[in-house]
Amino acid sequence: MNSVGKYFSDIFYGLKSLWKGLMVTGYYFVHPKQIVTQQYPENRKELKMFDRFKGELILAHDENNFHHCNGCGICQLNCPNGSIEIIADSVPNEDGKAERIIDKHIYHLSMCTFCALCVKSCPSNALAFSQEFEHAVFDRNKLTKVLNQPGSRIKKEPKEPKAPKPPTDTVPKSNPAN
Amino acid sequence: MQEVELQDILTAREDGDYIINIGPQHPSTHGVLRFVVSLKGEMLEYVIPHCGYIHRGIEKMCERLTYPQIIHLTDRMDYLSAHMNNEAVSLLVEKATGVEVPERVKYIRTILSELQRIQSHQLWWAAFGMDMGGLTCFFYGLRDREKILDIFEESFGSRLLHSYICPGGVMNDIHPNFQKRTKEFIKYFRKKLPEYDELLTGNIIFEMRTKGMGVLSKGEAISYGLTGPPGRASNFACDIRKLYPYSAYDKVEFKEILYTEGDTWARYKVRMAEMWESMKIIEQLIDNIPEGDFTIKMKPVIRLPEGEYSQRVETARGELGVYVVSKGEKTPYRMHFRTPNFSNLFVMNRLAAGNKIADLIAISGSLDLVIPDIDR
Repeated sequence: MNSVGKYFSDIFYGLKSLWKGLMVTGYYFVHPKQIVTQQYPENRKELKMFDRFKGELILAHDENNFHHCNGCGICQLNCPNGSIEIIADSVPNEDGKAERIIDKHIYHLSMCTFCALCVKSCPSNALAFSQEFEHAVFDRNKLTKVLNQPGSRIKKEPKEPKAPKPPTDTVPKSNPAN
Repeated sequence: MQEVELQDILTAREDGDYIINIGPQHPSTHGVLRFVVSLKGEMLEYVIPHCGYIHRGIEKMCERLTYPQIIHLTDRMDYLSAHMNNEAVSLLVEKATGVEVPERVKYIRTILSELQRIQSHQLWWAAFGMDMGGLTCFFYGLRDREKILDIFEESFGSRLLHSYICPGGVMNDIHPNFQKRTKEFIKYFRKKLPEYDELLTGNIIFEMRTKGMGVLSKGEAISYGLTGPPGRASNFACDIRKLYPYSAYDKVEFKEILYTEGDTWARYKVRMAEMWESMKIIEQLIDNIPEGDFTIKMKPVIRLPEGEYSQRVETARGELGVYVVSKGEKTPYRMHFRTPNFSNLFVMNRLAAGNKIADLIAISGSLDLVIPDIDR
C-alpha cells in the first residue's frame, strides 16, 4: 500500500511543482507593465547610450574645425591590433622650422577591439569614443575612416608654445602590426 | 580513465552502433564544440570532445604584445568572466613589478568580480533552463542580467568585453551612479532570485532529469582537475578566493559552497547558492569603497624582471592560472593560461558514458562550458 501512496503523492507533488512555475509566468501575464522589453528599431529616437559607451573612435573637433592631434603616433604604437594608422607631414611653420602635422588619421573600425588604450595613452587628449553603435555597412571599405575632417587644423595652445613634444622620430610611417 | 581514440571506436563498433556528431554547431553547446558520441540505441558508450574550432592562438599572440595590450585578449577567452581574466594578468604584472595598488582599486576589483560572477551564473541558469526545455528561464535570466550589463555599460562603456582592469589599477574611475545602481540591483535581485527557484529548481521534470545524473566522486574530481562549481559540487574545496585570497577577499566573509552528491543537481545548487554569496560579498563592500586613486602611475613601458611568474584567480567557472616566463623585455617570452573550462570539458566522457543521449545535454549544461575559453 505504501508504494501506492507514494505513487499518488508523487503525482500530487509533480502537479504542485508545475503549478508553482505557472504561478510565476502567470504573474507576469497579468502584470504586463513589469515586462521590460525594448522595441529597438521603433525606439531609435529616444534610445540614448551612456556617456562612456565605446561606440567608435573619433578625433574631437571644435566648432572652428580645430583638433588637438599633433601626430605623435603614440596611439598607433599602443594599438594592439593595428587599427590606427597615422600619415603625417612635415610642414614649415611661421618661424621657418619644420613642424609635424597629421595628414590623415586613419582608423580601421573593422579591426578595432574597443580596448580604449589609444584614448588612455593619448598625451593631448585628442581622441574620444562616440556613442554611435550602428556600424553595419554593405561595403567593408566604408569601415576604414579618416578621423580628421577636411580642412581641420591643430589647435595651438597659446599658453605653452614650447611644450615638450613627444618623440616623433621613432614612429614608423607604415603600420607595423599588419 | 580509459584512453579511447576515435579510430578505435570506428573499428570496434558492432552492428547497430551509431557514431554521431553532436555539434560543432548545436544549440546546447553554446559555441563551436563537437562531441563525437558512440551510441548503442539511445545509450551513450563514449563521448569524445573535439575542440579547437575557434582556436585563435591567444598564447602565441601574447608573445608580441606588451602587458597592457594582453589585457584585451584575456577578455576574449572566457567572455563571461572578463573582469576576472583581466584581473589575473593585472595581478601578475603587479606582483612581478612589486607594485602595491591602492585599497580603492582592490575594493572595486572585488565588487566587479562578484557582479561578473552573478551575471555569468544568470546566463548559465538561463541557458541551462533552455537546454532542459524551459524557454521561460532564458527570458527571465537575461532580464535580470540586463541590469548588471547596464551597470557595466555606464561605468566602463561596454557590456561584455570590458578591458577595464589594467596593471596598476582600473582604466577610469567608477561612475558616480555605480554604487547607487549596484545597491538597487542587489535589492531587486534578492526579490527575483527566489523566482528562479520557483520556476526551475522545484520543477518535477527538471528534478528527475538532474538528480543522480553524472555522479563524480571527490577523488575523480581532483584527478580530472575539476575546479569551480563542478569541483565544489563533488565536495572538493577548491575556491581560490578562500585558499589564496587576492584583492579584497580577505576582508569579506563568505561561505564556500560545498555539496557532497557530485551530480548534475549538486552542480546546479552550487551555482544558485553562489549567487546569494556573491550578493553578500558585494553588500559588505559597496558602502565602504575607500577614497583614493583609481590607478597608480605605472611606467610607460612595463618590463617584468627576468624570471617566471604565476597567478591564480577564481573565475565564474573555476580556477584560472596565468604563467609567464619573462626575459626582462616588454613582451613575455612565453605566456600560458590554465583555463578552467579546458579541464572541466574532458570529464564529459566519464560523466556521460552509460547515460542516455538527452542526458548529455543536461551534463554539458551543468558544466557551464564557454568554448572560447577551451580553445583560446
